Amino acid sequence: MTIDALQTESPGVASGSRPAGVWATSVRNRGVVAGALFVLFIAAIGVLAPLLGTLDPAEINPAFRNKKPGMERTMRADDGTETRMVHRFGTDTLGRDVYSRTLYGARVSLLIGVTVAVISVFVGLVVGLIAGYVRWLDGFIMRIMDGLMAIPAILLAMGVVSLTRGAGLLAVIIAIVIPEIPRVVRLVRSIVLSIREEPYVEAAITVGTPTVLLLIRHVLPNTVAPLIVQGTFICASAILIEAILSFLGIGIPSETPTWGNIMAEGRSLFRVYPHNIFYPGVFLALTILAINMLGDGLRDALDPRFAKRL
Amino acid sequence: MLGYILRRLAATIPVMLIVAVLVFLMLRLTPSDPAAIIAGDNANTEQVEDIRRRLGLDQPILTQFVIWMSEILRGNLGESFFFKKQVVELIADRIEPTLSLALFTILIAILVAVPLGTLAAYRHGTWIDRFVMGFSVLGFSVPVFVVGYLLIYVFAIELNWLPVQGYQRFSTGVGGWAQRLILPSLTLSVIYVALIARITRTSVLEVMNEDYIRAARAKGQTEGKVLVRHALANAAVPIVTVIGLGIALLIGGVVVTESVYTIPGLGRLTVDAVLARDYPTIQAVILLFSLVYVIINLLVDLAYTFFDPRIRY
Repeated sequence: MTIDALQTESPGVASGSRPAGVWATSVRNRGVVAGALFVLFIAAIGVLAPLLGTLDPAEINPAFRNKKPGMERTMRADDGTETRMVHRFGTDTLGRDVYSRTLYGARVSLLIGVTVAVISVFVGLVVGLIAGYVRWLDGFIMRIMDGLMAIPAILLAMGVVSLTRGAGLLAVIIAIVIPEIPRVVRLVRSIVLSIREEPYVEAAITVGTPTVLLLIRHVLPNTVAPLIVQGTFICASAILIEAILSFLGIGIPSETPTWGNIMAEGRSLFRVYPHNIFYPGVFLALTILAINMLGDGLRDALDPRFAKRL
Repeated sequence: MLGYILRRLAATIPVMLIVAVLVFLMLRLTPSDPAAIIAGDNANTEQVEDIRRRLGLDQPILTQFVIWMSEILRGNLGESFFFKKQVVELIADRIEPTLSLALFTILIAILVAVPLGTLAAYRHGTWIDRFVMGFSVLGFSVPVFVVGYLLIYVFAIELNWLPVQGYQRFSTGVGGWAQRLILPSLTLSVIYVALIARITRTSVLEVMNEDYIRAARAKGQTEGKVLVRHALANAAVPIVTVIGLGIALLIGGVVVTESVYTIPGLGRLTVDAVLARDYPTIQAVILLFSLVYVIINLLVDLAYTFFDPRIRY
């Protein structure tokens, strides 16, 4: 979706150095295709979770606690009919079906990843444009960003989470967004500073283009490609940090099925029942891997100058 | 050189001051009442008021900051609500495990990643290169705790080679201390190895086409010496930079790793403090870790002249 949006925009982009056909380059890159397909797959799993033979992920069943993967169970409905079902990934200490919880967990992870990416890119873009363009505010803004960046991301997120009573989805999102913003601000500011020196921007200033129009028409298009790349990496790191917070027991409340929560649940009995940690762990790792591959590939396709450096 | 060191040292003061302001404001700017959060759901108004007074939250914000800051500069980090101990003592008590874990990790990471990255650059385009690159992408993606449990499962439970969890103080015996640090530091080093190997490969690859590499080979220098003395030496600056920046990842990883392996270090302390909403401890730990991060990066900056004598300050 993002690639399509970019495609329609790119002919108008002023930089001119972009090779023809971002779409073509991206498709040729196997990492992008594999990454994108897997992310779509996980998204589909999350959306279609109710149709994939899952139970209510919050349903507690004291009689069926700590079952190994593959255990069969016969369920009797109120009218007496019996249905057999298999706990594909086993059950946890409360008898909840790990398969169902893992599938539903995809929803929370992707929701957090995308939300955090969008918010931090948007806020970072606005602040970065201000820092890059309003010179007298630049020093002040950048010192605050330096301070924020001096605090390791997970610690900052933990500090923010600790301020809210019973962290909810929103608190966790805010906690992950705050450490990501300075990185976007720095990126946007550096782009603005280099674009300001371009002859076409000087020309635009000379003919009296208002600042707002200048930013929208000339500066903004140049930030699109790097921000898409950056946003992809933020998405991956947000999913990771959410999982860490949940795993440590300070993220989203434990009844909500998230990959981190399922693993936190499995910690105490890990030696006997490792499945509680392994199934969500594999999903988590593969999802982050896919998003990172997508990001790497998009960087190669969208930002050839940067791609050469790494 | 001395002038530069002093100037760089001075430049870290505003950064740390801003960190202090942010840490201070964090608690005061919350939409909810911090005193009420600390008191918990069962507290009555009187208890909340008592906590508010004890924290000095009833005074003007500027006064609060001045008092707080001057206490910190005098080395008084306050008293922990939860542990009922001076935060300074609490931290001093927890430093050894974290420091041991961090040092082990950095050592493993550098010893593994730099040769691996150099080899990948040297054998550019071969399966070794692809393996190293693949590992570094994977290392970034697999969360620390997943790596941790995987290693516990394989080496401690299935193979029974190493203890599952726990920590043993250095003073009770080097053997037990080291033995319990192997799995945690291997776990923690994965992401660090990924980071360093990747940058080593890139920067060695960049210098491999330089004239002086060709000259060294032309005069009959062995390939090993060409790689170490000519290529790696010239590629050192970005590698050292990344090792410094990676400390942030390391600190985040410490928090998680200590929880996985139940190591009573600063990371575990941080998690406990957040769970208990023990703000004096949370603030102190954030300040301490940020200070360490800033200082290590200062040292990295100063080390540039050592790795690249062309850089003069």
